[in-house]
Amino acid sequence: MKIIVPVKRVVDAYVKVHVKADESGVETDNVKMVINPFCEIALEEAIRLKEAGVASEILAISVGPSNCQEQLRTCLALGADRALHIENENTLQPLAIAKALYEVVKRETPSLVILGKQSIDGDNNQTGQMLAALSGMPQGTFASKVSIEGQEVHVTREIDGGLQKVALTLPALITADLRLNEPRYVSLPNMMKAKRKPIESLTTEELGIDTSPRLTTVKVSNPPEREAGEIINTIPELVEKLNAAGVL
Amino acid sequence: MSILLIVEHNNQVIKTSTTHALSAAKILSEKTGDDIIALVSGENCASVANAVANTENIEKVFHADCSALAHHLPENVAPLITNIVTDNDIRYILAASSTMGKNVLPRVAASLDVAQISDVTEIVDTNTFVRPIYAGNALETVTSADLIKVLTVRASSFEAAPLNGGSAVIEKQPDVSDQGISRFISEDLVQSDRPELTSAKVVISGGRGLKSGENFKILESLADKLGGAVGASRAAVDAGYVSNDMQVGQTGKIVSPDLYIAAGISGAIQHLAGMKDSKIIVAINIDPEAPIFNIADYGLVADLFEAVPELESTLG
Repeated sequence: MKIIVPVKRVVDAYVKVHVKADESGVETDNVKMVINPFCEIALEEAIRLKEAGVASEILAISVGPSNCQEQLRTCLALGADRALHIENENTLQPLAIAKALYEVVKRETPSLVILGKQSIDGDNNQTGQMLAALSGMPQGTFASKVSIEGQEVHVTREIDGGLQKVALTLPALITADLRLNEPRYVSLPNMMKAKRKPIESLTTEELGIDTSPRLTTVKVSNPPEREAGEIINTIPELVEKLNAAGVL
Repeated sequence: MSILLIVEHNNQVIKTSTTHALSAAKILSEKTGDDIIALVSGENCASVANAVANTENIEKVFHADCSALAHHLPENVAPLITNIVTDNDIRYILAASSTMGKNVLPRVAASLDVAQISDVTEIVDTNTFVRPIYAGNALETVTSADLIKVLTVRASSFEAAPLNGGSAVIEKQPDVSDQGISRFISEDLVQSDRPELTSAKVVISGGRGLKSGENFKILESLADKLGGAVGASRAAVDAGYVSNDMQVGQTGKIVSPDLYIAAGISGAIQHLAGMKDSKIIVAINIDPEAPIFNIADYGLVADLFEAVPELESTLG
């Protein structure tokens, strides 16, 4: 079984991002960039399926400028068999990314596509579902458990009211949620070995897709700031303040 | 021209998130002059369709009722929505950014070859929307070039609309067939008499500091005293103290109650993303260096196992 794992290069989750003074975006120069945490979880799930003898090949893909090859190399070091960089000088929007991935899905015919449920920069939570629609695959989003059962994959999903379990016929698409697994760390020897592995490359032009953005960012601004609060020393004092604030 | 509001329900009652999405639809309706059509799809959900028809500001209710739609499987719901959109003059498709909205709407957007704008917190005008990015550390204002705009809206950013005062027409939709590529197996839903997290006026949340699921009882007791809901940080859910539906944060539930009490929660960026729009934030933590104190209105450096019960008894 072949599994495709698209991954995204994002600002590290622990970095405090700053909005640019001209409100054109968020400052990302000289900021630590990593594989999106949910994409790491997606890749880990694919690797576990391979270790369990269920999957035979993992293809990691990233869409964007050349620096995302860094993250693809980490994917190879973690256990992906192949890595494909789909090049475009811009960071594309979810619909365009889904279209690029769809072209690859058509060529590679995977049984499973596993993605992170959302990227922690855009927080869109769309790409997986869009790719599923384009490729006519069923989708198991926000997965906290995945098991292959014959020609189906059973996915337990985290939903607002608790958990839901669905059965999807293969080929299927899954988006990984936080508790699906705990990703492994990349080892230095594997990272060194990965430096010598090839990364395949295609451009969005070669794939023949329309990458023009549909959404225009008018501005990026700071959220409303909360004023500093006070330290209270006793419970009665706290209750007094809360009563005064009218929230009790 | 119309706005299609996707109603979320369990075939019996309308979910609270939809009442907030309805407020957003009303704002859009006022700005565009478009009317609001509500879609109620499910199985044996006529009572929901009737309740929606009795809601003011709804022009029409499209009621689709068949077994293929029983569990809102996106593979079956998305084609229903795209057919409705192409057969009617729909310019906006709107749902709350609940797990249902997040599951279904992008599939609809891609089928229509349009973008989606997720988790809208403000509707500026007919084509300008604000949404949080980077765990709410920045706000992005966007416009869309598409003729059909697909939006999910953040429930906590809009009021809950009243569910009365209306008399809409109900139009029964033809049955849809099961696409046959997905199947509902089972559901494990949490039953609670407490208010829903995303619309509660008071939320008491616990983190790793609670040390066990059993200990959450002290928060539940306080929540019941205040008529509030109980939430949790990712750490508490990951540790197995409580179920996932209680997680407040960037990738869990977003809440904005009048009062948010965080007990034993350190205050990671991702947790703040889920609660920093609360009116008043109280932090109780034994560690004076906990980052949560940076955004709390009132901070108590104390042992929560003493402070929380004391707070409850002081409230009388």
